[in-house]
Amino acid sequence: MKRSEIDISEKQAAAEVVLRLRGITKVFGSLVANDDINLELKSGEVLALLGENGAGKTTLMNILFGHYVADSGSIEVFGHPIPQGSPHAAIELGIGMVHQHFTLADNLSVLDNVMLGTEPLWSLSSNRRASRIRLEKLGERFGLQVNPNVRVAELSIGERQRVEILKALYRNARILILDEPTAVLTPQETGTFFETLKKMVSGGLSLIFISHKMQEVLAISDRVVVLRDGRLVAEIKTADASETELAQAMVGRNIELPERKALKAGESVLKLKSVTVKAEDGRAALSSVSLDIRASEIVGIAGVSGNGQTAIADLISGLFEPQSGTMELHGEVVNNFTPRNMLRKKVGRIPEDRHSQGLIGDMTLAENSISECYREPQFSSYGWQNHLNRQRFAENVVSKFDVRGYSANSPVRLLSGGNMQKLILGRVLSGNPQLILANQPGRGLDVGAVAYVHEQLLAARAKGAAILLISEDLEELLQISDRIAVIHRGRLSETFPRESISIAQLGLLMTGQQKSSTTKNQTTEADAS
Amino acid sequence: MRLEPRTKVPFVLVILAPIAAIVASFVLCAGLVAWSGASVLEAYWLLLKGALGSGFALSETFARATPLIFTGLAAAIAFKSRFWNIGAEGQLYAGALIITVLGTGMLDLHPGLMIPILVVSSAVAGALMLLGPVLLKINFGVDEVVTTLLLNFIVLLLVSLLLEGPLKDPMGLGWPQAEPVTEAAELPRLFRGLRLHSGLLLALLFSFIFWIVSIRTTLGYEMRAVGFNQKAARFAGMPVKRVMIITALISGGIAGIAGFSEVAGMKGNLTLDLSPGFGYTGIVVAMLAQLHPLGVIISASFVASIFVGADAMSRSAGVPSYIADVMVSVSLLCMLVSVLLVRFRIRWS
Repeated sequence: MKRSEIDISEKQAAAEVVLRLRGITKVFGSLVANDDINLELKSGEVLALLGENGAGKTTLMNILFGHYVADSGSIEVFGHPIPQGSPHAAIELGIGMVHQHFTLADNLSVLDNVMLGTEPLWSLSSNRRASRIRLEKLGERFGLQVNPNVRVAELSIGERQRVEILKALYRNARILILDEPTAVLTPQETGTFFETLKKMVSGGLSLIFISHKMQEVLAISDRVVVLRDGRLVAEIKTADASETELAQAMVGRNIELPERKALKAGESVLKLKSVTVKAEDGRAALSSVSLDIRASEIVGIAGVSGNGQTAIADLISGLFEPQSGTMELHGEVVNNFTPRNMLRKKVGRIPEDRHSQGLIGDMTLAENSISECYREPQFSSYGWQNHLNRQRFAENVVSKFDVRGYSANSPVRLLSGGNMQKLILGRVLSGNPQLILANQPGRGLDVGAVAYVHEQLLAARAKGAAILLISEDLEELLQISDRIAVIHRGRLSETFPRESISIAQLGLLMTGQQKSSTTKNQTTEADAS
Repeated sequence: MRLEPRTKVPFVLVILAPIAAIVASFVLCAGLVAWSGASVLEAYWLLLKGALGSGFALSETFARATPLIFTGLAAAIAFKSRFWNIGAEGQLYAGALIITVLGTGMLDLHPGLMIPILVVSSAVAGALMLLGPVLLKINFGVDEVVTTLLLNFIVLLLVSLLLEGPLKDPMGLGWPQAEPVTEAAELPRLFRGLRLHSGLLLALLFSFIFWIVSIRTTLGYEMRAVGFNQKAARFAGMPVKRVMIITALISGGIAGIAGFSEVAGMKGNLTLDLSPGFGYTGIVVAMLAQLHPLGVIISASFVASIFVGADAMSRSAGVPSYIADVMVSVSLLCMLVSVLLVRFRIRWS
């Protein structure tokens, strides 16, 4: 997918600079989020902004878009200096931003979402017909077709992203900032998405593509800028860049990928037998799912988000019970589906959402470290909490799992995502779980933190734990899983040994295109024996 | 102009914020005082003197603060667990009602036994008032703001009915009031000749106990966890529903004791004007205290001194005493702003 060098040089000869950042510096307390950053974006260019989480990418783009005001430095758009701190001015000058977390109103139609804020608040009439025609034209031109009348709540994630982009284009954006746009897409969707990006570029737009995925950056961009610890550390033409070079620049040190030793799987730990779970609106969230995980084994579940992963995770977490089918732990049927019972049965749970489910932001590290075992005698006697033991336990977790930055008595919300995940890992692994549910354990984490999480999961596997890894990141799945299954519309495929399946095949299964030749149950039986 | 979160909050600021808020509210209300034709400084001086200037003033202020500590604490406990109990007024009357039934002759015991029994029964009455709303909320998702608020009117109408009927004091010259409680049921006065009664000590004791419960006990840990993040609490295996019920019962119970304290310590009998909105003012008290159990003591004293002081001010300077309501409301708004400014920094650019 790399473009030829001639292509690029031709382009650059004709290109004018549409955006210029000069000496942007932003300090939050003691943290220098952006340190004297100079950046130019040329017309019709795709500039990739690469960096780990916390490198300052989002801060920089928020300054550009007017959410933050830089401590020093200036921004020019199409030769005009842009007043800082005003998203409105940024939009006026043709800057559009597609946020990683969508900013759409679920209960409004696509058209309403796009029109929202473009018309004067007090005008009594609203020219919906003209807007609809304009929206449809934009969609046709850039290959972003979405039905304008559908409510956003009914759209898939990929479609919602299209609406976000249309929203920016509708406001005449000529510079589009895309913040981690592929994080929510399947490999196939990503392919289509890149086609759209190409159409936009040939249509005269300039793009800033924020990512931490090297392959994508190499595939789509013309030029790469790497940020690390708030500083611009490398600026390379994509044609001259290699993956290792970029990785090195991004991380600044060598990351050792955790080694995955071949282990013989032990006895069955978790067995799901044709489990069916109805979702709240009556649709089947899981239909007849069967799965078997043995000790010392990592089974991965791939799938586009919203296909039933949450239901599997919630079931094993003990948040609800199945309508039919059974779940067995160590050969015993589970009847009591409560979080506490799962904890009692040595199920460790790493939840999908660290902020809303995994941790209590306003409570301290220490309080959070014992939130699953606060009733055990060492922490609670006759209704009184033992602060000394809690403190000791927390300090032990903090040092053993390398939670950095804050003391055990600081509120958890101050921690970075990676450190939050380490704290959760520490809490889960301290209970010596025999089954670990890891739901998106690497989401939003930087390369180093992901490697750490994988290392810990592999260590638990070596100690004999059975691990269910749910992830949307296929590389993560292929890296540490022993077997992989794909979930699509609540149905779980057979499991495939990692050696015998490719990303492309997984991608097809994720969109439900490939039918497996054997029936599910037979394969699971065969796997189990 | 924009707000940016402070990475580190200076401790001085945390202390100064409420003081600044109070000063600001006085400044903002000066216009109203001047409008009513009085000299601002003189009026405020009268207010201060009327609230804190003499033994009598102090006694009146703290006697007024006593029910506010109870109702403020009730609101603080419930709100901390995100249970929006707006019904402290009704719970207060429920507590007062049970005291009237038990304390006007039905029970005849030694004060050392009588008073604890009355405290417990008023707490039970207040707690029962919240049992329905909390069960409706956790089982059917019924909004507790609506149920607790509406229960206030039901209780008040019930009290009105009883005071006109079975509980009417035959010696009351036809007024809708109940018989006074017996001597054994009365809360002793703290100083001779002053209205300040030992209900204050009870209020302080409950604030302190609840503070300890909140920070030292397993129940307090669960209550805080459920309040901060119910989803995470449930995920971690905490008995969320049970914690909600217990929280509601404690909150209603403490509001119920306010009713006991007012009848047995202050008024002597149940009347329809037993509470001039203590239940609602308790919400303001709790918010001013930022839901801290010990902060409730300070904010209740502040609010009480405004009310008592404003009465004195209106008598001497001719400023309408309704200005107290305005001042309390303005101080709450100022408090909310100052809390915001403690957490965020303003950047002018």
